[in-house]
Amino acid sequence: MVEYNWPDAASRRLIGKRISRLDGPAKVSGAAKYTYDIQRPGMLHARALRCPHAHARVRKLDVSAAERMPGVKAVRVVHAEGAEIQWALDEVAFVAAVSEDVAEDAIRAIVVEYEVLPHFVNEERLEQAPKVNPGDEQTEGDPAGAMAAAAVRVKGTYGLPVVAHNCLEAHGHVCEWTGKEELSTWSSSQAVSGAAAQFAEGLAIPASNVRVVTQYMGGGFGSKFNIDSWGLECARLAKQAGAPVKLMLERDAELTVAGDRPSAFAHIEVGAAADGAITAWISDSWGSGGLGRAGSPPIPYVFQVPNRRHRHSSVPTHTASSRAWRAPNHPQACFLTLTAIDDLAAALKMDPLAVLRKNLALSGKLARLYGEELDVADRLMDWSQRWRQRGAATGVVRRGLGLSLHTWGGRGHDSNCDVSIYPDGTVSARISTQDIGTGTRTVMAIVAAETCGLPLEAVKVEIGDSRLPTSSASGGSTTVGGVSSATRRAAEDALAQLFAKVAPQLGAAASDLEAADGVVRVKAHPERRLPWRQAARALGVAPVTARGTNPGPGNLTNSGSAGVQMAEVELDVETGIVRVVKMVAVQECGLIIDLTTAESQVYGGLIMGISYALSEEKVMDPVTGRMLNVDFESYKLAGIGDVGELVVHMMTGPGYDDRGVIGLGEPPVISPGAAIANAVANAAGVRVPQLPLTPERVLDALAAAGSGRTA
Amino acid sequence: MQSFEYASPATVDQAVRLLAAEPGKSAVLAGGSDLLALMKDGVERPGLLVNLKAIAALRGLRSGGKEGLRAGALVTIDQLAADPGVRRDYPVLATAAGHVAGPQIRNVATVGGNLCQRPRCWYFRSGYGLVPQRDGKSMVVEGDNRYHAILGNEGPAYFVHPSTLSPLLIALGARVAVHGPRGEREIELAQLYRTPRRDGERELTLAPGEVVTALLVPPLAGRRAWSYEIRQRTALDWSLATAAVVLDLQENRVLAARVVLGQVAPVPWPAAAAEDLLRGQAADAIDAALAERAGEAAVQGARALSRNRYKIQLARVAVKRAVLAAAGQMAQSG
Amino acid sequence: MGKKAKNTGESGGRASGLSRRDFLRGSAAAGALGGALLAGGEGAGAAVAAPRRLAGVELAGPGAVAMSFRINGKRRQASLEPRVTLLDALRDHLDLTAAKKVCDRGTCGACTVIVAGQAVYACSVLAIEAQGKAIETVEGLGGPDKLQPLQAAFVANDAQQCGFCTPGFVMAAKALLDRNPHPALADVHRALSGNFCRCGTYAGLRQAVLGTSRADAGAEDGGHG
Repeated sequence: MVEYNWPDAASRRLIGKRISRLDGPAKVSGAAKYTYDIQRPGMLHARALRCPHAHARVRKLDVSAAERMPGVKAVRVVHAEGAEIQWALDEVAFVAAVSEDVAEDAIRAIVVEYEVLPHFVNEERLEQAPKVNPGDEQTEGDPAGAMAAAAVRVKGTYGLPVVAHNCLEAHGHVCEWTGKEELSTWSSSQAVSGAAAQFAEGLAIPASNVRVVTQYMGGGFGSKFNIDSWGLECARLAKQAGAPVKLMLERDAELTVAGDRPSAFAHIEVGAAADGAITAWISDSWGSGGLGRAGSPPIPYVFQVPNRRHRHSSVPTHTASSRAWRAPNHPQACFLTLTAIDDLAAALKMDPLAVLRKNLALSGKLARLYGEELDVADRLMDWSQRWRQRGAATGVVRRGLGLSLHTWGGRGHDSNCDVSIYPDGTVSARISTQDIGTGTRTVMAIVAAETCGLPLEAVKVEIGDSRLPTSSASGGSTTVGGVSSATRRAAEDALAQLFAKVAPQLGAAASDLEAADGVVRVKAHPERRLPWRQAARALGVAPVTARGTNPGPGNLTNSGSAGVQMAEVELDVETGIVRVVKMVAVQECGLIIDLTTAESQVYGGLIMGISYALSEEKVMDPVTGRMLNVDFESYKLAGIGDVGELVVHMMTGPGYDDRGVIGLGEPPVISPGAAIANAVANAAGVRVPQLPLTPERVLDALAAAGSGRTA
Repeated sequence: MQSFEYASPATVDQAVRLLAAEPGKSAVLAGGSDLLALMKDGVERPGLLVNLKAIAALRGLRSGGKEGLRAGALVTIDQLAADPGVRRDYPVLATAAGHVAGPQIRNVATVGGNLCQRPRCWYFRSGYGLVPQRDGKSMVVEGDNRYHAILGNEGPAYFVHPSTLSPLLIALGARVAVHGPRGEREIELAQLYRTPRRDGERELTLAPGEVVTALLVPPLAGRRAWSYEIRQRTALDWSLATAAVVLDLQENRVLAARVVLGQVAPVPWPAAAAEDLLRGQAADAIDAALAERAGEAAVQGARALSRNRYKIQLARVAVKRAVLAAAGQMAQSG
Repeated sequence: MGKKAKNTGESGGRASGLSRRDFLRGSAAAGALGGALLAGGEGAGAAVAAPRRLAGVELAGPGAVAMSFRINGKRRQASLEPRVTLLDALRDHLDLTAAKKVCDRGTCGACTVIVAGQAVYACSVLAIEAQGKAIETVEGLGGPDKLQPLQAAFVANDAQQCGFCTPGFVMAAKALLDRNPHPALADVHRALSGNFCRCGTYAGLRQAVLGTSRADAGAEDGGHG
């Protein structure tokens, strides 16, 4: 009977160690072929005609000139005359041609006229919204009574705008028909298995006839779960043209229609006892995620204030639907909650670190983890020594400290892994999962090699192909948990099959064998052993293969991680410019499979967080309804010189490793907005209530508080 | 981008004749970092691209002596930043050039291209023209104008002049050589720019077929200069406000002062009131309070649109800091 | 593309893109036809227009013209229209896909290659201008099994996650180290400031470039010691 557990700390050779990602050499040499890099014989290039208006009706559309152009092989209309368009840069028609340039020539040859209809794209001021969809009110205890009784109350309005995923590899596909109803695609996807099913359904062809390949993909962050309208159009263009078609979005479309995080704004009132114990919470939040409903941020975040009332409303806007943006709803909830609590601490004239500690019991079962993490962060930032009251800093350039904390689920998703052991001793692990930057290949190889007692190089990993065993999408920090546990179970079961064959040679029962240090041996008599290769020969001519699934038996995964972040900023009160001096991230995620790529997730989350805290937002033009900042010059990502010193500390060892594997992609991106904004408030002496913390917003806040310097 | 014919003349005369042969249909290609992006966006649609890079005569860079600096239009921003002569004779210019954009752009972008680059206004870049109007109203005024003009913004133009070098160069008294169908002329750099008054009017005063061929900067000759840029990101970001200050100090007195602002108006903006304030001051009297007053004077008459009030403050601070740095009163950063 | 000025009916007042093609000789329709015919691949040899001369200068295009490149030490040839950028030439015509197309406007760095010793954005250089200059791409460094020290340092410091920005960063870093083998952190920031990463690998990037520099210093010390 195989038991599914992770090896104990003493016997781990690979798990939890620093291991460089296995596909690093392919990526750093240009050998890695992404969807955008795929070239197929006779491949055509597609381009879209996109509507420049946020809301319009197609009055006239004539594609005949485009169809007649030499080099144009297929034209498809998706919004015909009379069709209504609900957001800017939505596609009207597609063209496939022999080159991108010819496709663009053809797009320019399309005659189109629109009837422009009224639009609404700026939801920051709720009172200006033509339509609001109120959500349900959630109430616990007696918020009004507790608020009235609170020793200290603070009220504020906070917010953060819509930001784009802005994946470096644009959304897109290469589609090639290999038979009448047989389709092969290369897709920049976070969901290889799901993409195949979506193509089949959308094109009404047998699911068994679709193959989706995603060997490498250039970022998703939650925006690439679907093949999208353009995925189906790509396949249809290929069918119509009788040739493979590549359709990758251009950057303006990528930024405008291919994914963003809903905005969130809130009026919040918090009440507390004089000792800092939070007793009452009342909040009204709203946000937009396009025409449909936006997700509702879990407010108050982490702290389950005993007396609370919250309501979230959706404001429809003429923008493409929002998508899951790394840690859906959490960065918003975290920012809105932790800034309000920070303002409460300032009103109490208390160190916010003390206020968080005081209220940790409200965080439930993660309280112990937060407590330990706060202690580590305190030390790494030297917080207790250096923290000063809000507004204590003087001069033109002022330092400030801020902190925040966060949580995320992250239980491993449904995954199936086939592990084969071959008679020559080679081992393969196969899942139709994808690597969105996480290090999926590396994680699978570590688990399979650790389980078989082999070096990393002995394992061949195959992913990124829908023909491999099914796996769920890489979203919500579920991949490492899903693939590591499925791989563990598959490897254990494949080993059990090998042991059964080898047992007679070693004169022991299969259940008495173990694989370690490159040998198969009898547990109680390690000297009775066979080198791995020799043991594998017992398989004869055929490999053994076992299927591991997640969820499954054993306690391999868990959910509910805790993390703490602190920020130190430098604020120029004359220019409103904020520089991040240092960030400290203390994070736990249960058992870490690969410390190197785990730390990279945290660094990455910090940096993405710094970016949205300081400079990212989709600028929506009230006049045209279009997004105005559609390149990297004006959609401002943080650069290498903008992120300051970054300190990452992973909590490991007893009390952490034994929790099982928990996903890590989302957690570290949740807190930076609040931590940095709180540091700015600490330096400025006033709250800058809305992200990003641009000179405009900082100077406005300083001026409103009368503490701005005139130069 | 749309297809075009491409010519690579070997002499300025050839280039000028090419440009004149098909007026209105040709464009000048130097570094290309701005033009190609505009062509991809369909904002520029030349039928003939006249590449200047084969013209060796436009590559010269020399500094020193009574004549000062002469930089051919094709000298790259990186060359300007790294050239030992420029660093010796115009350290402030070398520093400012070194802050332009990022390394890949500095390696190809040229002096001529920097001075003639088109505005970054997002309405312009989205194809709505330099004076975008809808229903008789300015799209900029009605729309998102957080990066638009606070001075010289009586309309209909509200974009800001993009170059971060031109305010400094104008403050230094730079001139440019211009070649055209009627031969060569030399103009003050400030005269290269104008505020368009209607749709279709350019922001440059170049006549059809004319090309900027060289930048000429008089010797610093004891003048003290600084240029202060305020931008949010440390690199590859556009300045929100730039102030260039040049002080001509003679016997401890400010004989003349030039204060020119960038990114605040459709043209590089001379701040005469600030210059008047500084003129005649004792050099050692230039302190934070005076610099602050200069900043105040520089933004006299500034008018905020709906989203750019903060830029008035930034312009004020940029002037203050540039004055102090030029006078040697504070660390020359930014 | 179909965006911005095109087909918006905004700036030009005309909804048809065809009307703007009159710069091509002949009628608008013929112009469109000519441009497309010459766009490589389609009906080979069907339309090789004689080059036009203007003001004593021979013009190239708008159709394809023969071009010759020196890429990673090898001579490469292609027949391309003048409007083809170096990036599109590399990726779509020369099967060198390491340089990535991300913004295509010279604002992100993913297409960084080295031309004549300097890091440039391949999306912002016309292929026709890059002829005769030494062009270096990541493919010219070490392959996956023979990484150069800089590439190996990227792997060792996990200076990549999704990896899409990586070739651009490698080339920007190489351009720095070629000139300045022992950069300070500020030099690294400056040299890599023209490149953006979305996954957030800057911490690893700093270490990778500084680490390569240190490893190099160690080797030199050893050589002289």
